[in-house]
Amino acid sequence: MIPAEFDYVAPATVEEVVRALTEAGEDAKVMAGGQSLIPVLRMRLAAPNVVVDLSNLSELTGVRDDGDSLLIGAMTTHYEVQRDHLVRDHARLLAVATDTVADPQVRHRGTFGGALVHADPAGDLPAPALAMDATMVIVGPGGRREVPAREFFVDYFTTVLEPDELLVDVRVPKLTGWSAHYEKFNRVAQAWSIVAVAAAVRVTDGTIAEARVALTNMGPTPVRATGVEEALVGQPATAESINAAAARAAEGTNPTTDGNADAEFRSHLARVLTGRALTAAVGA
Amino acid sequence: MRITVSVDGVSYTDEVEPRMLLVHYLRERLGKTGTVVGCDTSNCGACTVHLDGHSVKSCSMFAVQADRHEVTTIEGLARDGQLHPVQKAFHENHALQCGFCTPGMIMQSIDLLADDPDPSEETVRHGLEGNLCRCTGYQNIVKAVRDAAHQMRPGAGPEAEQVAPSPSHAGGGE
Repeated sequence: MIPAEFDYVAPATVEEVVRALTEAGEDAKVMAGGQSLIPVLRMRLAAPNVVVDLSNLSELTGVRDDGDSLLIGAMTTHYEVQRDHLVRDHARLLAVATDTVADPQVRHRGTFGGALVHADPAGDLPAPALAMDATMVIVGPGGRREVPAREFFVDYFTTVLEPDELLVDVRVPKLTGWSAHYEKFNRVAQAWSIVAVAAAVRVTDGTIAEARVALTNMGPTPVRATGVEEALVGQPATAESINAAAARAAEGTNPTTDGNADAEFRSHLARVLTGRALTAAVGA
Repeated sequence: MRITVSVDGVSYTDEVEPRMLLVHYLRERLGKTGTVVGCDTSNCGACTVHLDGHSVKSCSMFAVQADRHEVTTIEGLARDGQLHPVQKAFHENHALQCGFCTPGMIMQSIDLLADDPDPSEETVRHGLEGNLCRCTGYQNIVKAVRDAAHQMRPGAGPEAEQVAPSPSHAGGGE
């Protein structure tokens, strides 16, 4: 399968990317690692006139310590995120979720920013970003703006990004000392999540002091399981309180029905996987 | 677009269309048919090569993205007619049946061993998650990777990379 013809540009700066996107209008597509885009181009599900490759933007790679937050460059690969000590120490939920993305070859090319902007409801990184209250740093012709994760994801494969805007950094508030787990349900290796649960908890003296839970593929966008979070805070870190909280996991969700699972089964999965994710996190 | 790519240690400069996939460039322009196209949908990993030392699926990359980078294919592993230790381990452990997944399996196994020189069985299985064997011959593949790890362990010495006994040259003593 061969993609349709396109013009290719690989600018060296963010400003040049924004200019290229402004000139090309709706006909351009940004390529980060290309691990979702290239298969889509090959199947001719998309046929942009211009592909703007970000590979030369070395300024967008790497993880920086920014006080209370980490700043993760949008072009940082999954492989780099997995191995980064700052991420392991201060954003463990992101590290463990990234471990489950696709396969090693894809993780060498695919990027954190690319996965967020792609906004696949079955993608594994939007939910951790939402759970960690990440903020997207976006550059466009009008300058720079910051959008919290809870506003960034709009619909299936759709974010607030305008066609001439670029995600450059992701600000991830540190959750130092929290334990975390990403529990993913799929049927075969390297498949997308049918449902998955991102959970991070801070336990002090056997009590759950704070909890963050977000769900993958329980609606068009990632969803915070606020009912579960409320039910956990102040409770002892025991199986009873985890199970009681997990029973609320599907509240307020709008799961789809497809060939993998119907909405009812997805709701069941959300409850079961939330219990498992929290149990693993607390036990960690 | 003009690109300059190092493939298996040789530098090539070529004019390519931006939409040309790296795997097609390797096979059709350079004749490196050791790298195969399996599933054509980026699932199977048969087209795995190394880009600057890391495994990638060459069907999920454009040739223009390899410009000024270094690509290693299955054809670049042997040295002076001697198989790479991972190739040798696949051979000795019967880690191939039809052989179609083998180039990708070997390239990914080398990547895996670079990250973890002594992987457990589970680590090998996870590390090869992106490679499918249509013969389902995974048992011997896993065995071969662990055997290769053993052969290449620290202190294994230069003989690890010498598969067949070197042809003996008659010295002056006899």
